Amino acid sequence: MATTEKELLEKVTKTEYKYGFTTNIESDKAPKGLNEDIIRLISSKKEEPQWLLDFRLKSFEIWKTMKEPNWAHVKYPKIDFQDLYYYAAPKPKKNLESLDEVDPELLDTFKKLGISIEEQKRLSGVAVDIVMDSVSVATTFTKTLKEKGIIFCSMGEAVKNYPELIQEHLASVVPVKDNFYAALNSAVFTDGSFCYIPKGVRCPMELSTYFRINESNTGQFERTLVIADEDSYVSYLEGCTAPMRDENQLHAAVVELKAAKGAEIKYSTVQNWYPGDKNGKGGIYNFVTKRGICEGDHSKISWTQVETGSAITWKYPSCILKGNHSIGEFYSVAVTNNHQQADTGTKMIHIGKNTKSTIISKGVSAGFSNNSYRGLVRINKSATNARNFSQCDSLLMGDQCGAHTFPYIETENSSAQVEHEATTSKIGEDQIFYCNQRGIATEKAINLIVNGYAKEVLNKLPMEFAVEAQKLLEISLEGSVG
Amino acid sequence: MLQIKNLEASIEEKQILKGINLEIKRGEVHAIMGPNGSGKSTLASVLAGKEDYEVTNGSVLFEGKELLELAPEDRAAEGLFLAFQYPVEIPGVSNINFLKTAINSIREYKGMQPIPAKEFLAKVKEKKELVELQSTLTNRSVNEGFSGGEKKRNEIFQMAMLNPKLAILDETDSGLDIDALRIVANGVNKLKTKDNAVLLITHYQRLLDYIVPDFVHVLYQGRIIKTGGKELALELEEKGYDWIQETEVSA
Repeated sequence: MATTEKELLEKVTKTEYKYGFTTNIESDKAPKGLNEDIIRLISSKKEEPQWLLDFRLKSFEIWKTMKEPNWAHVKYPKIDFQDLYYYAAPKPKKNLESLDEVDPELLDTFKKLGISIEEQKRLSGVAVDIVMDSVSVATTFTKTLKEKGIIFCSMGEAVKNYPELIQEHLASVVPVKDNFYAALNSAVFTDGSFCYIPKGVRCPMELSTYFRINESNTGQFERTLVIADEDSYVSYLEGCTAPMRDENQLHAAVVELKAAKGAEIKYSTVQNWYPGDKNGKGGIYNFVTKRGICEGDHSKISWTQVETGSAITWKYPSCILKGNHSIGEFYSVAVTNNHQQADTGTKMIHIGKNTKSTIISKGVSAGFSNNSYRGLVRINKSATNARNFSQCDSLLMGDQCGAHTFPYIETENSSAQVEHEATTSKIGEDQIFYCNQRGIATEKAINLIVNGYAKEVLNKLPMEFAVEAQKLLEISLEGSVG
Repeated sequence: MLQIKNLEASIEEKQILKGINLEIKRGEVHAIMGPNGSGKSTLASVLAGKEDYEVTNGSVLFEGKELLELAPEDRAAEGLFLAFQYPVEIPGVSNINFLKTAINSIREYKGMQPIPAKEFLAKVKEKKELVELQSTLTNRSVNEGFSGGEKKRNEIFQMAMLNPKLAILDETDSGLDIDALRIVANGVNKLKTKDNAVLLITHYQRLLDYIVPDFVHVLYQGRIIKTGGKELALELEEKGYDWIQETEVSA
């Protein structure tokens, strides 16, 4: 192995998490462990109606009968679910009318992340619903959205203000017993976002939520529900960074999307939770269930994700293509470094006629990490003329990391056309030397090459996010520079 | 500008360069010829700083600085350019973006501000005409899906954009048809000034019909065994490398 590659390997494995800091906001915390009392406590803290408490308790019963899944290509010590906190909320002082009333320390935290809310509001016209730990602290642009009839608020508010919508749609895409983590989330979710776009409305701005896990040892159980009524359009951004922690933090979110006839939902995620230190200590466990259903004809759901964080990522944003002519898309860049493990991919379930799905997955593995693509394309009997195109590429940096591809294709209809392409490549010494010879230093060369490799996916991100995503790729692959 | 003294280099314990001595002055064009395996491309790679090679002896002064102590990117920033024999493809990275990154890296090295967008684009427009490069190629990914001729032209285009003091052309003529060769050679000739220098590495005399060298060196088994004017190239072409080996051996 040539020196450059060794150095490269060393550099990338030395990279430390840049967003490690904690905020000293007083938090209101329930005791450790999970039982009915805790669930009742969460429900009462959030002043929830009886039906929701019943939903939680029923979910808890179901969860208790389920086993942790172990099929993913990831390894981690057994999680003691009784050793976690299930509720932590920044202590509310009063209802906030404007950002001036927000805790200055909280605003400072966002400034450290380079995402000041004011700036976002002013410059990009992005409405931000911030989830700090588990309770939404600030919701902006609500008024503008209200004029269009768009609802964009925290799940907690939605339960209070739009109970009938929540009751109708909650767990309708991801049923409680779908999987172990979805059941857990259903029992203990503390907050999240709710979004409703009425018939024929094009949401004029990108809706954005920034999540942060802040309380040590707090499991974060977000619940997101996005409903796009007939012929509506919405682009939703979800981005995350978390402060440095020594102990593992569990995150098990559930995201549900519903697109009615002719509606389109574009859901973009940039995920940069603490991946653990370079020895693999600490880091977030990210077990997420994300699923969307294209219920109506000609509807479309598009998932775009840039995953650079977490010690363990277990995530398969999926589409159920029920409506005829509906379209599902999945664009993903997953970067793993040091001892990170990612098992991510998608499921495309074709039910309606003439349904189409596209999967573009780009994995980048460095250090001692393991990066797996796991995808299912299922063409049901009813799905005449269904089409799928899948492309799964892996890029390896150094020779200590792994890339794996697990594509599953199930076809019950002979008219289906399913294409699958997969490549694995190494960042070539030759490519790096070529860049060097043009005056570009190795680290910059790697960024250039990785960004080029991921371009197809990065191009799918909304402008505001694309820049941030590129920065993230750089940060997660850059060395400490000696 | 460039002084190579007793340069020895090896790869995987195998010695390739066995004491090269060469001096190149401003305004000069040098050609290094030699049979396959004589060490021509190794010399180019060692000068550019490819890590696969280990320099075991000698020194290389470039504009008064010890070149061998500099990282490859710093050598480039100091004004050394290598037109690769086999230019690599970088998928997803546009030629334009690549060149802008290169130019700004070099400017940063020199303590200069990044190039203004307008100036950069004007330069692209001017320089690509030099090698008759199609507009579409500048926007495409670096060398991806380029034909052999397009890759070589792209190398000269990059050279024009970076404006090096010393350009090393490693078998730039290989795989080119006569039209492409003429275009590439014209490009190089137009870039030639009294302040810069060119080192041509080639197997055939053909290129030297278009780019006329001041000096021709014959590299054989890791040593320069003969130096002459442009007529030496013709003589080599006529008599073949065997002739020079024999004359050397009998001498």
